Amino acid sequence: MGASARSGMRYWGVLVFALVAVLLSACGGSDSGAGSLTVYSGRSDTLVAPLIKQFAESTGIDVRVKYASTPQLAATLLEEGGNTPADIFFAQDPGGLGAVSALLAPLSEGVLQRVPQWAVSPSGVWVGVSGRARTVVYNTENLTPADLPKDLTGFADAKWKGRIGWAPTNASFQTMISGMRSIWGEEKTLQWLKDIKANDPKVYPKNTPIVAAAAAGEIDVGLVNHYYLHRFLAEEGDSFGARNYHPPAGGPGAIVMVSGVGILSASDKKENAQTFVDFLLSEESQRYFVEKTFEYPLAVGIPVAEGVTPLSEVNNPNISSAALSDLDGTQKLLREAGVLP
Amino acid sequence: MSLSGLTTAGLRSLAGGRSVPPAAIWVPALLVGAALTLPLVYLVVRTFDAGGDVWALLFRKSVAAPLGRTVLLVVTVTAASVVLAVPLAWLTTRTDLPIRRVWVVLSALPLVIPSYVAGFIVVAALGPKGMLQGALEGPFGIDRLPDIHGYAGALLTLTFLSFPYVVLTVRAAMLRIDPAMEESSRGLGRGNWTTFFFVTLPLLRPGIAAGGLLVALYTLSDFGAVSLLGYETFTAAIFVEYGLVDRALGAGLSLALVVLALAIIGLELVSRGRARYYSISSSATRPPSTVRLGRWRWPALAFCFVVAAVSLAGPMSILGYWVARGISAGQPLNLVWEAMGNSVYIAALAATAAVVAALPVAALSVRYPGILSGVLERLSYVGFALPGIAIALALVFFGTRYAPILYQTTGMLILAYIVLFLSPALGAVRTSLLQISPRIEEAARGLGNTQLRAFSSVTLPVARPGILAGWALVFLLVMKELPATLILSPIGFNTLATSIWSAATEAAFARAALPALLLIAASAVPLAFLMLRERR
Repeated sequence: MGASARSGMRYWGVLVFALVAVLLSACGGSDSGAGSLTVYSGRSDTLVAPLIKQFAESTGIDVRVKYASTPQLAATLLEEGGNTPADIFFAQDPGGLGAVSALLAPLSEGVLQRVPQWAVSPSGVWVGVSGRARTVVYNTENLTPADLPKDLTGFADAKWKGRIGWAPTNASFQTMISGMRSIWGEEKTLQWLKDIKANDPKVYPKNTPIVAAAAAGEIDVGLVNHYYLHRFLAEEGDSFGARNYHPPAGGPGAIVMVSGVGILSASDKKENAQTFVDFLLSEESQRYFVEKTFEYPLAVGIPVAEGVTPLSEVNNPNISSAALSDLDGTQKLLREAGVLP
Repeated sequence: MSLSGLTTAGLRSLAGGRSVPPAAIWVPALLVGAALTLPLVYLVVRTFDAGGDVWALLFRKSVAAPLGRTVLLVVTVTAASVVLAVPLAWLTTRTDLPIRRVWVVLSALPLVIPSYVAGFIVVAALGPKGMLQGALEGPFGIDRLPDIHGYAGALLTLTFLSFPYVVLTVRAAMLRIDPAMEESSRGLGRGNWTTFFFVTLPLLRPGIAAGGLLVALYTLSDFGAVSLLGYETFTAAIFVEYGLVDRALGAGLSLALVVLALAIIGLELVSRGRARYYSISSSATRPPSTVRLGRWRWPALAFCFVVAAVSLAGPMSILGYWVARGISAGQPLNLVWEAMGNSVYIAALAATAAVVAALPVAALSVRYPGILSGVLERLSYVGFALPGIAIALALVFFGTRYAPILYQTTGMLILAYIVLFLSPALGAVRTSLLQISPRIEEAARGLGNTQLRAFSSVTLPVARPGILAGWALVFLLVMKELPATLILSPIGFNTLATSIWSAATEAAFARAALPALLLIAASAVPLAFLMLRERR
């Protein structure tokens, strides 16, 4: 009895100690030195951590980065409101930036003019950093570019039944539909969505599995962004069974979207934030996006990575970022077409 | 509810009209309860902030389809898990199964495989043009396998990920059964099988129900597997809304999910009934006799082997293959030791905190069942059923407004894990407390101990298998938790789960596979230790 009582007390002792440890560690709040910067990055650390490290080393600014998906960070920023610890929002797509644009501070004209006009926010609160083209990824065993239609309207044909892969919940896909509405109008876009849906497309959660499925022959074509293919090629070599096709007639299937960056109005480190935005538009960073993430440079004229179709051969319809960031209207249309629940 | 309003009489009525629980039980229990209500308050605020639009969207026809799919998946995954788990639990506790302790560990480990990794693996291995098809194409000329996407894939994946919940809770219950009950049955001329079905199985009912409830709620809340396998459940719809940055609709759908979870919890409560599961004899701690399997040893081994192969060996080999392929393609492999240290640290801390939080609630629920304990238990299960993103945003909402000093600290993250994972800890602890007769405590008090002291010195040590099982469950769950970790962790705090996520989003499978393997290995060590420490 005595022994078991002691062991019981010891148990409580350990548990109480652990609880106190938790509470103490909870009090280790964040310090806010003058030379720091907090970034919310919707771009994964696999992609951008080396670049941010370069920035921290060259400026001496202590950069703290929270990585998560762009929409999750946008939702977090909306909940945080004026209490956000973030100074910078570095987003994967214009939709995410558009969702929080009320929380962003205006950027200087000098910054906004460094990239093409279609690559900046309509209200001047965010600026495009790198370009990403919408494309059609196709299985090279079953198809050649000659089998593929001149633009996306061709996929409405019944001969594509069961052969298409898409990701309607994906932000880039929805941005493409926003562009489609701007080019084709609501009615034609709705009809196209219904036609594709009638062709029984396979639904994927995001781009990566679409590219993998196209290479495996699970589907013949997929609607994706251009750079995923190059990441597969880097990992699996040239024998990878899929390639990109940029519809030569242009239109919504050849839209170039941007990843972008904005400064939070609530930030008390705007100077450092400004330095960071300038850094992302510098030649060093632009070269990094070209070489490491296979994207298009926006602020300087340097050639794209080997194997990536040059921007001059992508028939980009140059849709304004205002049109591309109207996610609300696009989601309504996608629900109406029965593509989203 | 305000603390000052709780008079002795009020407490007594909340505790079911019997004796009043000591303050050492009800004060911490109420604090835990307050934390558990945060997500619900947040969801209600968000849903009603948006006005009438949300209701129009919530009550449209297209919500019915995901609802139906979710119910089908939850029912079948739970049933399949029980069918797999009860024999495994029995074989590994009560028989002379060869290398029994190996199976003990292997039957719990699949729990640590994140569903977003399992989804990738299932598609790569069993997809229409997957690895299996590649292997069959040569010898059999099979050009395409039937599509694994959809219901079949989701059922397979979630069953083999979540059956260990039932193994753990049923094992804990099995270890506490008074062997005298089974011996009486045999002494009265019943055979082994009849005894199992009419004595052992009914005694295991709370354990099966507790594990089954966890499986059901886990299935309800899973996003990783169902999204990769293209099966649109209710939770998938919630993540879609949050993906569209539509917080109001996401919150509205989450509230609807709470109702669904409460219905499932109600079913478990009904199944508990009014039976008592403890023995009044003094032999409760005597180890039960071992059943000799004899010739049945071989089919039993084959069963364990197949389950381990499908749930562990298969996924591990595929991950190993991806790592090897990445290395041979010259992909840089950054070892993720720091992430691994962070994962183990936070998971151990959270598991301990969750068990500490579960004890007063479990004690209340077992010894002073009443309105308060009922509400607390249901709240804990609601936390487990809600998608991590909803819990995370709730804590962002409260943290930035009312506790900025805690925001994005380890403490806040631990709080999120307690809200998410209190119920697995509670289920395990509660099940083992149920089997301890209150008369033992009464005897201890009769010998001059206080109630709290009787509980901690008599009840707790006997409840140890349940406490350890609860700790192990929460440890595993925290290791792989992703949405709340991404949003709430202190800035720069990378874990294995976030490393996997980061690499997998960029199609760097080799880089995702390595942290996934490490995550499984890091979880295997403490889990194996815990499983092996338990008494025979």
